[in-house]
Amino acid sequence: MNPQPVTITFDGRPLTATAGQSVGAALASQGVTAWRSTRKGGKPRGLFCGIGVCFDCLVTVDGETNQRACLVEVCEGMEVEGS
Amino acid sequence: MSDAVSSSTISVDVAVVGAGPAGLAAAVAAAEAGARVAVVDAGAQPGGQFWRHARETVQPEAADDQPDGHGHHGWSTYLDLRARFDAAQRAGRITYLPGLQVWMAEPGFTLHTTPAVASSGTVPATVTASRLVLCPGGYDRQLPVPGWELPGVMAAGGIQAFIKANGVLPGKRFVIAGTGPFLLPVAAGIAEAGGKVLAVLESSAPSAWLPHLAAASGVPGKALEGAEYAALFARHRIPYRTRSIVTEVLGSGRAEGVRTAKVDAEGRVRPGTGRAYTDVDVVGFGWGFTPQMELPVSLGVDTRIDADGSLVGVVDERQQSSVPGLFLAGEVTGVGGATLAVLEGLAAGAAAARPDSTTPVKQPAAITRHRRFAQAMHQAHPVPAAWPDWLTPDTTVCRCEEVTAGEITEARDNLGARDARSLKSFTRAGMGWCQGRVCGFAAACLGAGPGEAPDAGSLAGSAKRPLAAPVAIGELAALD
Ligand SMILES: Cc1cc2nc3c(=O)[nH]c(=O)nc-3n(C[C@H](O)[C@H](O)[C@H](O)COP(=O)(O)OP(=O)(O)OC[C@H]3O[C@@H](n4cnc5c(N)ncnc54)[C@H](O)[C@@H]3O)c2cc1C
Ligand code: FES
Repeated sequence: MNPQPVTITFDGRPLTATAGQSVGAALASQGVTAWRSTRKGGKPRGLFCGIGVCFDCLVTVDGETNQRACLVEVCEGMEVEGS
Repeated sequence: MSDAVSSSTISVDVAVVGAGPAGLAAAVAAAEAGARVAVVDAGAQPGGQFWRHARETVQPEAADDQPDGHGHHGWSTYLDLRARFDAAQRAGRITYLPGLQVWMAEPGFTLHTTPAVASSGTVPATVTASRLVLCPGGYDRQLPVPGWELPGVMAAGGIQAFIKANGVLPGKRFVIAGTGPFLLPVAAGIAEAGGKVLAVLESSAPSAWLPHLAAASGVPGKALEGAEYAALFARHRIPYRTRSIVTEVLGSGRAEGVRTAKVDAEGRVRPGTGRAYTDVDVVGFGWGFTPQMELPVSLGVDTRIDADGSLVGVVDERQQSSVPGLFLAGEVTGVGGATLAVLEGLAAGAAAARPDSTTPVKQPAAITRHRRFAQAMHQAHPVPAAWPDWLTPDTTVCRCEEVTAGEITEARDNLGARDARSLKSFTRAGMGWCQGRVCGFAAACLGAGPGEAPDAGSLAGSAKRPLAAPVAIGELAALD
């Protein structure tokens, strides 16, 4: 069975993902490795622990801030923004 | 987020936190012994870290026709436990609460939960139970190294989890480094999914295994796994370099390469052995695992330092902790792999279902055997004593608050901050979003000073977190 393609937007740009994937997976597998800047040093961050422990991967999902990209599952029309 | 949270209360005989190998086994054993059980798990579906699989809502077949191969050792054990878990749910003996994270546990026992994913629509529930089995597992242990905060650097287990859950790779060209047998399945998983593993760098040496072979031989399945990996590494031409480490991750704005070196038995870099790998896009680090001790510690269980230097809970032959009615199973009693976690879960669940049983219990021989094997693995794959020498003063240690190694050693040497808690107050290391889960072990080592290992007090201080998970203000307010 082929999982359904899903379209999300990342910072306004459309991005094709696969149903069942996490937001982090959708971004990283499309070559987007960083989507957040640190507060102090302004350094780029993306996935690190992959399992919801490190909070490096925070994104805004449909207006909800500070969501862990490695845990949130993509769905059609989801709007993802970096922070 | 500020809405008042409406949450239901569920009262059961036995509450289980975690639906990984230990938690599934505990829930099944307790339910089959006649108890009413509630299982709270942060994951969206059962399996925990080891049996993580594609979303069943999208790939239902992933739930049953997964080959019992290298990707999922013990998959048949999972299918058996899962069938019994589902049957107990249908019979109304198990209430399964996925997608919820326990952020506070009160003695007696009451569990407060919050959705793991805010947008999931999962409604939080409060669970009260007269017995509690904690099976929260663990996460990859990390040692900082220059450049490890660059995007593209991941936890080794995180890469494995990414592949298992999403069916895609987080990059194309990988270097995996750290120590322990777990680096093998990570590299194998990448290669089988079509990624290129440029090298696996193991800080220890195979000769370190030799004294421990007798213990390993008590667990025949492990020898078999070893042979499978050897064949797989040969087939995919994965170089396995022992006594080797990554000394620096290179790149601007993201990981692009690594510098590596050979080390001696203490982990000191051997001059003239440096080399570089370029054109790398993912670097995976794993230095064993850190058990998630915040819930056990918050409930006051007796702890000890295990052979791998981790803080773990002390249990008796029924898996009961020093707190009556509170049982522990899986990684929180000592990192030992999924098979041991299942055995402990079965023992804990059965005991929690029959707390008044006076029948003397003998620890199952299989548990003893697997513990001995785990012990041997920990001794063969220690965290190299000289690892702090790999850091430069401006190496980031606390990723959240961006605290450097220099700031930590200065707080230690000039302000006398020698344990994780005082380091936290002087430097903010461990004060950020992850509450020290990622840097806690490393910061405690640096605080202890050269050649010293952190003691249980320092590690327990680091595991003492006000909340086991970040929660919305509304949920705090709803408490009284
Ligand atoms: C990222 C990762 C990948 C791994 N991959 C492999 C592998 O491929 N092969 C291998 O041999 N070993 C692997 N391991 C080691 C393996 O996870 C353990 O040996 C085994 O899973 C331990 O079982 P457990 O039941 O103790 O814990 P886990 O399997 O970790 O299960 C614990 C469960 O508890 C949940 N939980 C934790 N805290 C809370 C809370 N506060 N509230 C609610 N739920 C909570 C977690 O979400 C998780 O579902 C991996 C470990 C990690 C961290
Ligand atoms: S990658 Fe660590 S929390 Fe998402």
